[in-house]
Amino acid sequence: MAKIQLNGRKIKLNNKYSIATLLKKYKIDSKKVAVELNRKIINQSKYKLIYIKDNDQIEIVHFIGGG
Amino acid sequence: MKKDILKIGSDFFKSRLIVGTGKYKNFKETAQAVKASGASMVTVAVRRVNILDKKKPLLTNFLNPKLIKYLPNTAGCYSADESLRTLRLAREMGGWKMVKLEVLGDKKTLFPDMIETLKATKVLVKEGFKVLVYCSDDPLLAKELEYLGASAVMPLASPIGSGQGIQNKINLSIIIKNAKIPIIVDAGIGTASDATIAMELGCDGVLINSAIAKAKNPILMAESFKNAVISGRQSFVAGRMQKLFYADASSPSKGLI
Repeated sequence: MAKIQLNGRKIKLNNKYSIATLLKKYKIDSKKVAVELNRKIINQSKYKLIYIKDNDQIEIVHFIGGG
Repeated sequence: MKKDILKIGSDFFKSRLIVGTGKYKNFKETAQAVKASGASMVTVAVRRVNILDKKKPLLTNFLNPKLIKYLPNTAGCYSADESLRTLRLAREMGGWKMVKLEVLGDKKTLFPDMIETLKATKVLVKEGFKVLVYCSDDPLLAKELEYLGASAVMPLASPIGSGQGIQNKINLSIIIKNAKIPIIVDAGIGTASDATIAMELGCDGVLINSAIAKAKNPILMAESFKNAVISGRQSFVAGRMQKLFYADASSPSKGLI
């Protein structure tokens, strides 16, 4: 089990998650977002390879309306 | 008029109007206004995905980034570091290199922090970004941004979202005269005639958000801005008549009965 921070929220993950499976869990289209893990940008090609650990801080961002 | 294309860096744009996508009622209205404006580039913000609301509509489903160029901004960033973080994420998402840098310095006026702006511009240029920089209307700082490698300089007309129009025509004219890169007026335009004035002064383009989004009929106002920008540009290219102190009759005095 891992306790992480996802977009500023404390989240508990009961199974082992890769970034790819985490995105799937939240129904997020991986092509439309960017992911930062502990302040480091993770390239899309590595989403399946990187597993989430305890205390990880993850940011998932996308484009919204702005001026 | 011959084909009048805006060139920023090595990119070409059919329209000299760039529109923001914030403050609309919904994405449908955003998309309709963008279409009516004829803009070929729109600014967008980078924000956290709402992980609790899986059905929230997505901007990309209403404005296809393959059909209209997204210009990611750094709205809400108050330091060079925050801006860099935001734009690196934006690049990862879209693969675009063209971005709008906007480092704010004050919550009330939303004036830019020019010291942080200069810092961030330097780094972004080094990292290969094509940077369009929101800045104060100071001619020396605008020139400095050009030296640092900005692709375009975007001085404010008046505070962001204020709709106060162009407050310092002299500075803006000096910035335009000195520049070898595009000058795009960003922020403060209130109505279509403000955009025409900016274009008549010789600006290369204008960036509009609130003036369209906050109009009573945003879609009609978007079209109005499209015409205003074209009109102002044509007027600038045509070259206005000299101003005279006294009258000069339009009808000939010869042959008068």
